[in-house]
Amino acid sequence: MINPKDHIYSILEKIFDPEIPVLTIIDLGIVRDVIIIDEQTIEIVITPTYSGCPAMDVISFEIKLALLESGYKNIKVTYTLSPAWTTDWMSESGKRKLLEYGIAPPKKNSSRVNKMLFEEETNVSCPQCNSSNTNQLSEFGSTACKSLYKCNDCNEVFDYFKCH
Amino acid sequence: MINQKTINATLHLADTTLILAQKNSEWCAHGPILEQDIAITNITLDLIGQSRMFYQYAAELINEVENKNETEDTLAYFRSEREFKNFLIAELPNGDWAQTILRQFFFSCFHQLLFEKLQHIEDKQISAIAVKSLKEINYHVKWSSEWVIRLGDGTLESHSRMVKAIEILWPYTGEFFNAEENDLIEVKKIKSNWIQKIEAVFFEANLLIPGNVFMQTGGKQGIHTEHLGYILTEMQSLQRAYPGLEW
Repeated sequence: MINPKDHIYSILEKIFDPEIPVLTIIDLGIVRDVIIIDEQTIEIVITPTYSGCPAMDVISFEIKLALLESGYKNIKVTYTLSPAWTTDWMSESGKRKLLEYGIAPPKKNSSRVNKMLFEEETNVSCPQCNSSNTNQLSEFGSTACKSLYKCNDCNEVFDYFKCH
Repeated sequence: MINQKTINATLHLADTTLILAQKNSEWCAHGPILEQDIAITNITLDLIGQSRMFYQYAAELINEVENKNETEDTLAYFRSEREFKNFLIAELPNGDWAQTILRQFFFSCFHQLLFEKLQHIEDKQISAIAVKSLKEINYHVKWSSEWVIRLGDGTLESHSRMVKAIEILWPYTGEFFNAEENDLIEVKKIKSNWIQKIEAVFFEANLLIPGNVFMQTGGKQGIHTEHLGYILTEMQSLQRAYPGLEW
Protein backbone atom coordinates (compact mmCIF):
# COMPACT_ATOMS: atom_id res chain seq x y z
CA MET A 1 0.00 0.00 0.00
CA ILE A 2 1.22 3.43 -0.90
CA ASN A 3 2.37 5.63 1.95
CA PRO A 4 -0.36 8.31 2.50
CA LYS A 5 2.18 11.12 2.52
CA ASP A 6 3.64 9.98 -0.81
CA HIS A 7 0.13 9.82 -2.16
CA ILE A 8 -0.49 13.46 -1.19
CA TYR A 9 2.83 14.51 -2.73
CA SER A 10 1.88 12.74 -5.94
CA ILE A 11 -1.27 14.90 -6.06
CA LEU A 12 0.68 18.09 -5.32
CA GLU A 13 3.13 17.20 -8.08
CA LYS A 14 0.37 17.81 -10.58
CA ILE A 15 -0.24 21.41 -9.50
CA PHE A 16 1.50 23.94 -11.68
CA ASP A 17 2.64 27.45 -10.86
CA PRO A 18 0.09 29.78 -12.50
CA GLU A 19 2.79 32.17 -13.76
CA ILE A 20 5.33 29.62 -14.96
CA PRO A 21 3.06 26.79 -16.03
CA VAL A 22 5.86 24.29 -16.71
CA LEU A 23 6.90 24.16 -13.05
CA THR A 24 4.99 22.34 -10.36
CA ILE A 25 4.80 23.70 -6.84
CA ILE A 26 7.07 20.80 -5.84
CA ASP A 27 9.67 21.78 -8.47
CA LEU A 28 9.67 25.31 -7.04
CA GLY A 29 10.10 24.17 -3.45
CA ILE A 30 6.97 26.01 -2.33
CA VAL A 31 5.55 23.03 -0.41
CA ARG A 32 7.38 22.87 2.92
CA ASP A 33 5.41 20.23 4.77
CA VAL A 34 2.49 17.83 4.58
CA ILE A 35 0.90 17.05 7.94
CA ILE A 36 -1.63 14.26 8.18
CA ILE A 37 -3.94 14.92 11.10
CA ASP A 38 -6.33 12.03 10.44
CA GLU A 39 -7.59 10.08 7.43
CA GLN A 40 -9.51 12.99 5.98
CA THR A 41 -7.82 15.99 7.55
CA ILE A 42 -4.54 17.30 6.27
CA GLU A 43 -2.50 20.43 6.50
CA ILE A 44 -0.27 21.63 3.69
CA VAL A 45 2.40 24.14 4.64
CA ILE A 46 3.56 26.40 1.84
CA THR A 47 5.96 29.33 1.66
CA PRO A 48 5.79 32.33 -0.68
CA THR A 49 8.56 32.79 -3.23
CA TYR A 50 8.50 36.58 -3.04
CA SER A 51 6.48 38.40 -0.36
CA GLY A 52 4.23 40.00 -2.94
CA CYS A 53 3.87 36.98 -5.19
CA PRO A 54 0.27 37.22 -6.43
CA ALA A 55 0.25 33.51 -7.28
CA MET A 56 0.05 32.37 -3.66
CA ASP A 57 -3.72 32.73 -3.33
CA VAL A 58 -4.29 30.81 -6.56
CA ILE A 59 -1.85 28.09 -5.51
CA SER A 60 -3.54 27.72 -2.15
CA PHE A 61 -6.92 27.40 -3.90
CA GLU A 62 -5.60 24.81 -6.35
CA ILE A 63 -4.12 22.72 -3.57
CA LYS A 64 -7.50 22.59 -1.83
CA LEU A 65 -9.28 21.79 -5.06
CA ALA A 66 -6.92 18.97 -6.05
CA LEU A 67 -7.10 17.35 -2.62
CA LEU A 68 -10.88 17.66 -2.42
CA GLU A 69 -11.13 15.92 -5.78
CA SER A 70 -8.97 13.13 -4.38
CA GLY A 71 -11.38 12.57 -1.51
CA TYR A 72 -9.85 14.51 1.34
CA LYS A 73 -12.50 16.41 3.27
CA ASN A 74 -10.73 18.89 5.52
CA ILE A 75 -7.79 20.65 3.99
CA LYS A 76 -5.93 23.45 5.65
CA VAL A 77 -3.30 25.40 3.75
CA THR A 78 -1.02 27.36 6.05
CA TYR A 79 1.86 29.69 5.30
CA THR A 80 5.30 29.70 6.77
CA LEU A 81 7.95 32.39 6.24
CA SER A 82 10.91 30.76 7.88
CA PRO A 83 13.24 29.58 6.50
CA ALA A 84 12.81 32.09 3.68
CA TRP A 85 12.34 30.59 0.22
CA THR A 86 15.40 30.37 -1.96
CA THR A 87 16.03 29.35 -5.56
CA ASP A 88 18.44 26.75 -4.14
CA TRP A 89 15.34 24.65 -3.40
CA MET A 90 14.36 24.40 -7.05
CA SER A 91 14.58 20.78 -8.22
CA GLU A 92 16.97 19.72 -10.98
CA SER A 93 14.07 18.56 -13.12
CA GLY A 94 12.47 21.97 -12.52
CA LYS A 95 15.58 23.70 -13.85
CA ARG A 96 15.57 21.45 -16.91
CA LYS A 97 11.93 22.22 -17.59
CA LEU A 98 12.56 25.97 -17.21
CA LEU A 99 15.34 25.81 -19.76
CA GLU A 100 13.20 23.90 -22.25
CA TYR A 101 10.45 26.47 -21.74
CA GLY A 102 12.87 29.29 -22.69
CA ILE A 103 13.70 30.68 -19.24
CA ALA A 104 17.32 30.51 -18.07
CA PRO A 105 17.31 28.68 -14.71
CA PRO A 106 18.90 30.22 -11.59
CA LYS A 107 22.55 29.57 -10.92
CA LYS A 108 23.17 27.17 -8.10
CA ASN A 109 24.15 29.41 -5.23
CA SER A 110 21.86 32.13 -3.94
CA SER A 111 24.58 33.61 -1.73
CA ARG A 112 25.87 35.36 -4.84
CA VAL A 113 23.00 37.86 -4.98
CA ASN A 114 24.69 40.64 -3.05
CA LYS A 115 26.30 42.13 -6.09
CA MET A 116 28.34 45.28 -6.50
CA LEU A 117 26.68 48.26 -8.11
CA PHE A 118 26.38 47.92 -11.89
CA GLU A 119 27.58 44.32 -11.68
CA GLU A 120 25.52 41.83 -13.66
CA GLU A 121 25.08 38.12 -13.15
CA THR A 122 27.67 36.69 -15.52
CA ASN A 123 27.57 33.62 -17.73
CA VAL A 124 23.82 33.43 -17.96
CA SER A 125 23.43 31.18 -20.97
CA CYS A 126 20.86 31.84 -23.64
CA PRO A 127 18.13 29.17 -23.42
CA GLN A 128 17.73 29.31 -27.23
CA CYS A 129 21.29 28.95 -28.57
CA ASN A 130 23.23 28.22 -25.35
CA SER A 131 25.65 31.12 -25.95
CA SER A 132 27.06 32.77 -22.82
CA ASN A 133 27.54 36.03 -24.71
CA THR A 134 24.53 37.65 -23.07
CA ASN A 135 23.79 40.82 -21.16
CA GLN A 136 21.18 42.04 -18.76
CA LEU A 137 18.56 44.48 -20.02
CA SER A 138 16.82 44.90 -16.68
CA GLU A 139 17.21 43.42 -13.23
CA PHE A 140 13.41 43.30 -12.97
CA GLY A 141 11.46 41.28 -15.51
CA SER A 142 7.91 40.22 -16.27
CA THR A 143 7.47 38.78 -12.78
CA ALA A 144 9.24 39.50 -9.49
CA CYS A 145 11.36 36.36 -9.79
CA LYS A 146 12.87 37.07 -13.21
CA SER A 147 15.21 39.54 -14.86
CA LEU A 148 15.38 40.35 -18.53
CA TYR A 149 18.39 39.35 -20.64
CA LYS A 150 19.42 39.54 -24.25
CA CYS A 151 21.58 37.12 -26.21
CA ASN A 152 24.21 38.90 -28.32
CA ASP A 153 24.65 35.93 -30.65
CA CYS A 154 21.12 34.96 -31.63
CA ASN A 155 19.69 38.36 -30.61
CA GLU A 156 16.87 36.74 -28.70
CA VAL A 157 15.55 38.42 -25.55
CA PHE A 158 14.90 36.00 -22.70
CA ASP A 159 13.97 35.76 -19.02
CA TYR A 160 16.44 34.68 -16.38
CA PHE A 161 15.04 33.21 -13.16
CA LYS A 162 17.22 35.20 -10.77
CA CYS A 163 18.91 33.82 -7.69
CA HIS A 164 17.07 34.59 -4.52
CA MET B 1 4.16 38.37 25.64
CA ILE B 2 2.08 40.48 23.30
CA ASN B 3 2.08 44.13 24.08
CA GLN B 4 0.85 47.32 22.57
CA LYS B 5 4.40 48.27 21.68
CA THR B 6 4.77 45.35 19.25
CA ILE B 7 1.37 46.10 17.71
CA ASN B 8 2.24 49.76 17.17
CA ALA B 9 5.67 48.93 15.78
CA THR B 10 4.20 46.36 13.39
CA LEU B 11 1.58 48.82 12.18
CA HIS B 12 4.24 51.45 11.58
CA LEU B 13 6.21 48.99 9.40
CA ALA B 14 3.03 47.96 7.57
CA ASP B 15 1.85 51.54 7.00
CA THR B 16 5.16 52.82 5.67
CA THR B 17 5.53 50.02 3.13
CA LEU B 18 1.90 50.27 2.06
CA ILE B 19 1.88 54.05 1.56
CA LEU B 20 5.19 54.03 -0.31
CA ALA B 21 3.87 51.21 -2.50
CA GLN B 22 0.68 53.16 -3.14
CA LYS B 23 2.71 56.20 -4.27
CA ASN B 24 5.13 54.17 -6.41
CA SER B 25 2.27 52.36 -8.09
CA GLU B 26 1.26 55.66 -9.70
CA TRP B 27 4.21 55.05 -12.04
CA CYS B 28 2.58 51.92 -13.43
CA ALA B 29 2.36 52.46 -17.21
CA HIS B 30 3.99 55.92 -16.83
CA GLY B 31 7.65 54.94 -16.28
CA PRO B 32 10.28 56.66 -18.43
CA ILE B 33 10.97 53.43 -20.34
CA LEU B 34 9.27 50.06 -20.23
CA GLU B 35 12.05 48.22 -18.34
CA GLN B 36 12.14 50.82 -15.58
CA ASP B 37 8.37 51.00 -15.41
CA ILE B 38 8.49 47.26 -14.73
CA ALA B 39 11.31 47.69 -12.20
CA ILE B 40 9.55 50.29 -10.06
CA THR B 41 6.31 48.31 -10.11
CA ASN B 42 8.16 45.12 -9.17
CA ILE B 43 9.65 46.95 -6.20
CA THR B 44 6.16 48.19 -5.39
CA LEU B 45 4.85 44.63 -5.43
CA ASP B 46 7.57 43.58 -2.98
CA LEU B 47 6.59 46.46 -0.68
CA ILE B 48 2.91 45.50 -0.82
CA GLY B 49 3.85 41.91 -0.01
CA GLN B 50 5.90 43.02 2.98
CA SER B 51 3.11 45.31 4.07
CA ARG B 52 0.59 42.46 3.90
CA MET B 53 2.77 40.25 6.10
CA PHE B 54 3.01 43.00 8.72
CA TYR B 55 -0.74 43.76 8.61
CA GLN B 56 -1.58 40.06 8.92
CA TYR B 57 0.65 39.82 11.95
CA ALA B 58 -0.71 43.03 13.48
CA ALA B 59 -4.27 41.76 12.99
CA GLU B 60 -3.40 38.50 14.70
CA LEU B 61 -1.90 40.34 17.69
CA ILE B 62 -4.76 42.84 17.97
CA ASN B 63 -7.38 40.09 17.83
CA GLU B 64 -5.62 38.18 20.55
CA VAL B 65 -5.33 41.15 22.88
CA GLU B 66 -8.53 43.02 22.18
CA ASN B 67 -10.85 40.23 21.06
CA LYS B 68 -11.58 41.95 17.74
CA ASN B 69 -11.94 40.74 14.17
CA GLU B 70 -9.30 42.77 12.38
CA THR B 71 -7.81 41.51 9.11
CA GLU B 72 -5.07 42.87 6.86
CA ASP B 73 -7.85 44.54 4.86
CA THR B 74 -9.64 46.24 7.75
CA LEU B 75 -6.32 47.64 8.96
CA ALA B 76 -5.42 49.00 5.54
CA TYR B 77 -8.84 50.23 4.49
CA PHE B 78 -10.69 51.30 7.61
CA ARG B 79 -8.18 53.29 9.59
CA SER B 80 -8.07 57.03 9.25
CA GLU B 81 -5.26 59.51 8.77
CA ARG B 82 -4.31 59.97 12.41
CA GLU B 83 -4.17 56.20 12.89
CA PHE B 84 -1.59 55.73 10.12
CA LYS B 85 1.95 55.69 11.47
CA ASN B 86 3.95 55.75 8.24
CA PHE B 87 7.02 57.93 7.74
CA LEU B 88 6.16 61.24 6.11
CA ILE B 89 8.60 60.65 3.25
CA ALA B 90 6.42 57.79 2.01
CA GLU B 91 3.37 59.99 1.50
CA LEU B 92 5.08 62.85 -0.38
CA PRO B 93 4.15 63.36 -4.04
CA ASN B 94 6.26 61.39 -6.52
CA GLY B 95 7.57 64.49 -8.28
CA ASP B 96 9.73 63.56 -11.27
CA TRP B 97 11.68 60.34 -11.81
CA ALA B 98 14.67 61.80 -9.91
CA GLN B 99 12.55 62.47 -6.84
CA THR B 100 10.95 59.02 -6.95
CA ILE B 101 14.36 57.35 -7.34
CA LEU B 102 15.92 59.36 -4.54
CA ARG B 103 13.11 58.60 -2.11
CA GLN B 104 13.40 54.89 -2.92
CA PHE B 105 17.16 55.12 -2.41
CA PHE B 106 16.93 56.92 0.97
CA PHE B 107 14.22 54.57 2.15
CA SER B 108 15.71 51.30 0.84
CA CYS B 109 19.10 52.03 2.45
CA PHE B 110 17.33 52.67 5.75
CA HIS B 111 15.06 49.66 5.27
CA GLN B 112 18.08 47.41 4.68
CA LEU B 113 19.86 48.54 7.87
CA LEU B 114 16.67 48.34 9.91
CA PHE B 115 15.78 44.83 8.72
CA GLU B 116 19.33 43.59 9.24
CA LYS B 117 18.70 44.42 12.91
CA LEU B 118 15.10 43.18 12.97
CA GLN B 119 16.11 39.73 11.76
CA HIS B 120 17.78 39.19 15.13
CA ILE B 121 15.05 40.42 17.47
CA GLU B 122 13.18 38.11 19.78
CA ASP B 123 9.81 38.31 18.03
CA LYS B 124 9.91 35.29 15.70
CA GLN B 125 7.35 36.52 13.17
CA ILE B 126 8.88 39.96 12.71
CA SER B 127 12.33 38.45 12.36
CA ALA B 128 11.03 35.95 9.77
CA ILE B 129 9.45 38.79 7.77
CA ALA B 130 12.72 40.72 8.00
CA VAL B 131 14.82 37.80 6.73
CA LYS B 132 12.43 37.22 3.85
CA SER B 133 12.16 40.91 2.93
CA LEU B 134 15.90 41.56 3.04
CA LYS B 135 16.43 39.38 -0.02
CA GLU B 136 14.13 41.75 -1.88
CA ILE B 137 15.43 44.95 -0.29
CA ASN B 138 18.99 44.16 -1.38
CA TYR B 139 17.79 44.36 -4.98
CA HIS B 140 15.96 47.65 -4.25
CA VAL B 141 19.12 49.20 -2.79
CA LYS B 142 21.19 48.14 -5.78
CA TRP B 143 18.68 49.36 -8.34
CA SER B 144 18.02 52.74 -6.69
CA SER B 145 21.73 53.35 -5.99
CA GLU B 146 22.55 52.77 -9.65
CA TRP B 147 19.86 55.21 -10.71
CA VAL B 148 21.05 57.90 -8.29
CA ILE B 149 24.52 57.58 -9.84
CA ARG B 150 23.18 57.49 -13.40
CA LEU B 151 21.18 60.68 -12.88
CA GLY B 152 23.57 62.53 -10.57
CA ASP B 153 26.56 61.81 -12.79
CA GLY B 154 24.52 62.08 -16.00
CA THR B 155 23.62 65.22 -17.94
CA LEU B 156 23.34 68.77 -16.63
CA GLU B 157 19.57 68.35 -16.66
CA SER B 158 19.52 65.04 -14.76
CA HIS B 159 22.08 66.34 -12.27
CA SER B 160 20.07 69.48 -11.54
CA ARG B 161 16.96 67.39 -11.01
CA MET B 162 18.77 65.23 -8.48
CA VAL B 163 19.97 68.34 -6.64
CA LYS B 164 16.40 69.61 -6.54
CA ALA B 165 15.16 66.22 -5.30
CA ILE B 166 17.71 66.23 -2.47
CA GLU B 167 16.53 69.69 -1.43
CA ILE B 168 12.93 68.46 -1.24
CA LEU B 169 13.50 65.06 0.39
CA TRP B 170 16.44 65.51 2.73
CA PRO B 171 14.36 67.20 5.49
CA TYR B 172 12.22 64.05 5.64
CA THR B 173 15.11 61.66 6.34
CA GLY B 174 15.72 62.77 9.95
CA GLU B 175 12.52 61.01 10.96
CA PHE B 176 14.08 57.59 10.27
CA PHE B 177 16.28 58.02 13.32
CA ASN B 178 13.91 59.67 15.78
CA ALA B 179 13.73 57.30 18.69
CA GLU B 180 10.25 56.50 19.90
CA GLU B 181 8.86 54.31 22.68
CA ASN B 182 7.50 51.70 20.24
CA ASP B 183 10.79 51.14 18.41
CA LEU B 184 11.93 47.53 18.19
CA ILE B 185 15.58 48.49 17.83
CA GLU B 186 17.70 51.49 18.72
CA VAL B 187 17.30 53.44 15.49
CA LYS B 188 19.92 56.01 16.43
CA LYS B 189 22.54 53.27 16.23
CA ILE B 190 22.05 52.75 12.49
CA LYS B 191 22.22 56.42 11.58
CA SER B 192 25.96 56.61 10.94
CA ASN B 193 25.83 53.49 8.74
CA TRP B 194 23.01 55.04 6.76
CA ILE B 195 24.93 58.29 6.25
CA GLN B 196 27.93 56.26 5.07
CA LYS B 197 25.84 54.40 2.50
CA ILE B 198 24.35 57.64 1.21
CA GLU B 199 27.74 59.36 1.07
CA ALA B 200 29.35 56.49 -0.84
CA VAL B 201 26.71 56.60 -3.57
CA PHE B 202 26.53 60.41 -3.60
CA PHE B 203 30.31 60.49 -4.09
CA GLU B 204 29.94 58.40 -7.27
CA ALA B 205 26.99 60.53 -8.32
CA ASN B 206 28.68 63.92 -7.80
CA LEU B 207 26.08 64.88 -5.24
CA LEU B 208 26.38 66.33 -1.78
CA ILE B 209 24.55 65.77 1.47
CA PRO B 210 23.03 69.10 2.62
CA GLY B 211 24.28 70.78 5.78
CA ASN B 212 22.15 71.06 8.88
CA VAL B 213 18.53 71.69 7.95
CA PHE B 214 15.29 71.49 9.87
CA MET B 215 14.02 67.91 9.95
CA GLN B 216 10.31 67.15 9.63
CA THR B 217 8.75 64.69 12.07
CA GLY B 218 5.33 63.42 13.01
CA GLY B 219 4.55 60.36 10.89
CA LYS B 220 5.17 57.79 13.59
CA GLN B 221 2.86 59.76 15.90
CA GLY B 222 0.13 60.01 13.26
CA ILE B 223 0.70 63.70 12.50
CA HIS B 224 0.88 63.85 8.72
CA THR B 225 1.32 66.19 5.80
CA GLU B 226 -1.76 67.22 3.83
CA HIS B 227 -0.93 64.53 1.25
CA LEU B 228 -1.91 61.46 3.28
CA GLY B 229 -5.61 62.36 3.40
CA TYR B 230 -5.81 62.34 -0.40
CA ILE B 231 -3.94 59.04 -0.65
CA LEU B 232 -6.26 57.33 1.85
CA THR B 233 -9.37 58.80 0.26
CA GLU B 234 -8.45 57.24 -3.06
CA MET B 235 -7.03 53.99 -1.69
CA GLN B 236 -9.93 53.32 0.68
CA SER B 237 -12.84 54.61 -1.38
CA LEU B 238 -14.00 51.24 -2.69
CA GLN B 239 -13.95 49.52 0.69
CA ARG B 240 -15.57 52.53 2.35
CA ALA B 241 -18.39 52.46 -0.23
CA TYR B 242 -18.77 48.66 -0.28
CA PRO B 243 -17.34 47.35 3.01
CA GLY B 244 -15.95 43.83 2.74
CA LEU B 245 -16.14 43.72 -1.04
CA GLU B 246 -13.96 41.01 -2.57
CA TRP B 247 -12.71 40.38 -6.08
